[in-house]
Amino acid sequence: MDKRVTFKGLWLPLLLVAPQAVVTAVFFFYPAGQAIWQSLFIPDPFGLSMQFVGLGNFEYLLGNSYYRASFVTTAIFSVSVTLLSMGIALYLAVLADRLIKGSGTYRTLLIWPYAVAPAVAGVLWMFMFNTRIGVVSWYLGQLGYDWNHVLNGGEAMGLVVVASAWGRISYNFLFFLAGLQAIPKSVIEAAAIDGARFWTRFRTIVWPLLSPTTFFLLVVNVVYAFFETFGVIHTITAGGPQQSTTILVYKVYADGFVGQDLGSSAAQSVILLLVVGLLTVIQFKYIERKVHY
Amino acid sequence: MATLSLRNLQKSYGRTAVIHGVSIDVADGEFIVIVGPSGCGKSTLLRMVAGLEAITAGDLFIGADRVNDREPMDRNIAMVFQNYALYPHMSVAENMGYALRIAGKPKAEIAARVAEAARMLQLEPYLARKPRELSGGQRQRVAMGRAIVRDPSVFLFDEPLSNLDAKLRVQMRLEIKGLQRKLGVTALYVTHDQVEAMTLADRMIVMNAGVAEQIGTPLEVYERPATVFAAQFIGSPAMNMLDGTGEGRQVRLANGVAVPVAVEAQGPVKLGLRPEHLTRDETGPLTMQLRMAEPLGANTLVHGTMEGVPGDVVASLPGVHREDDLPSVIRFSIPPEATHVFDAATERRI
Repeated sequence: MDKRVTFKGLWLPLLLVAPQAVVTAVFFFYPAGQAIWQSLFIPDPFGLSMQFVGLGNFEYLLGNSYYRASFVTTAIFSVSVTLLSMGIALYLAVLADRLIKGSGTYRTLLIWPYAVAPAVAGVLWMFMFNTRIGVVSWYLGQLGYDWNHVLNGGEAMGLVVVASAWGRISYNFLFFLAGLQAIPKSVIEAAAIDGARFWTRFRTIVWPLLSPTTFFLLVVNVVYAFFETFGVIHTITAGGPQQSTTILVYKVYADGFVGQDLGSSAAQSVILLLVVGLLTVIQFKYIERKVHY
Repeated sequence: MATLSLRNLQKSYGRTAVIHGVSIDVADGEFIVIVGPSGCGKSTLLRMVAGLEAITAGDLFIGADRVNDREPMDRNIAMVFQNYALYPHMSVAENMGYALRIAGKPKAEIAARVAEAARMLQLEPYLARKPRELSGGQRQRVAMGRAIVRDPSVFLFDEPLSNLDAKLRVQMRLEIKGLQRKLGVTALYVTHDQVEAMTLADRMIVMNAGVAEQIGTPLEVYERPATVFAAQFIGSPAMNMLDGTGEGRQVRLANGVAVPVAVEAQGPVKLGLRPEHLTRDETGPLTMQLRMAEPLGANTLVHGTMEGVPGDVVASLPGVHREDDLPSVIRFSIPPEATHVFDAATERRI
């Protein structure tokens, strides 16, 4: 069944691989190499000279309490975003899967948020929760709750988590729905006849059969939470208050482009690269084993 | 094990009625085959019994209980699906023991009952395998094993053999029948294959367009079909159906030929003649212009037309006849008691 094309020469296969290889080289290997190179230096504030410090940047970072705090923040943030967006998406997909009439409309409506750019989504949520003019914060005020994510780190974290997860639900929903619809209806019916009620069916049949989808989404969502949530955080909290929403990728930006500490920023990029690489390897190595294909 | 009773069972989707009231009382241990062309509602009827489709009107009894509003799991039935519907992520043993496991039965009991079913179905070497590692016939057996293990009152089969090749189908057909006899369980079996229906059924329901055209034993349906549809659906090749006019104890065809029949018939009728009942007879009333002969070994199918009568006619002659050896015009006769006369308007047997 496995159809493989065998090439006789060497040049044609190389040529066919070349576009992908070139793109990867120019946009990944070159910048990554630059980051590694720069992480070994401290430039002066005017960018006129660089001083070689070896692993000095890394030593400083790992001894820095703010940087270590950012690790914890990132962990809380990405776990929350992934669980929230995948959980809600799965719930909606299960409901949509049971729907017969109007499922097309429902699906289309649910997909819309995916078309909203993260920065725009961030602004949207920022306005809703603005401490002075926000609709939601006004209602919360009416209920006697004084919402202020500008001062309260917990509220700020909650807000960026919700805003980041929101835009992601559509994407996850699409995959979960497709995954659910790929499960043959007769298998579910057989389980129903075998005596499994809805929840038992979900736990013993649907969830295991859905696991390839879940696993794929887990990888993609963690990477999303690590990198692509920058726009949301930048527009809503800018990493504040008191760095309570400064995740690693935001700190790379804040230290490098705001604080002008390019060496430290480059070192952070390298660490981030290693962390995400490690996470992906762990996911593929350990979680994939439990996935039923 | 239980009796099964359908009382005027109906199903409609919105205003479209798909099952127009089917009634049958099934005895304990009886094998009932629902047979009909695709789209006739036979699978819908089975799914209504299973509880996978809601019943619009009528009553369904399993044993003494009215089960219309019960969930599938509370009807004590087991179903074998056309595509087997095995749980792909579970081994054969887990598939068969699934119902018992979620019912919270002790592990030892589950293992014993699975082993018993596996022995009965010769599945013992495959218990640890996943469904994808099995052949079609083995998957079919696992699906049956899953049903047996639950010890249900009623077995439901939804075209279980249609995904198998012809040889395996014959073998599995015999196995299903043998198994059902051994277990003595009431069975409802849906198929579009009339050979399956004839061989498996104690009684069959011939369905067409949501209506049970005839309910009876295979031989009853073959020998005394109640409607034109039942007459043409059961029997291979299909019964010849000729338009004619009833004149007492004979039917006059469009070309003026009179065929003696065993019943009193008047006015427009349809005359049914089974191909295998047409016998070559140089003095017979029926003449056929030969078009083609198909020797099948044991018998030969002779295709042709009757002059002045619209439509084709088929006859089945015993033995081998080559097309070149047959005359271009063949004469037939048929005993009156082998003819079937139907009212042309109602299409019911006279």
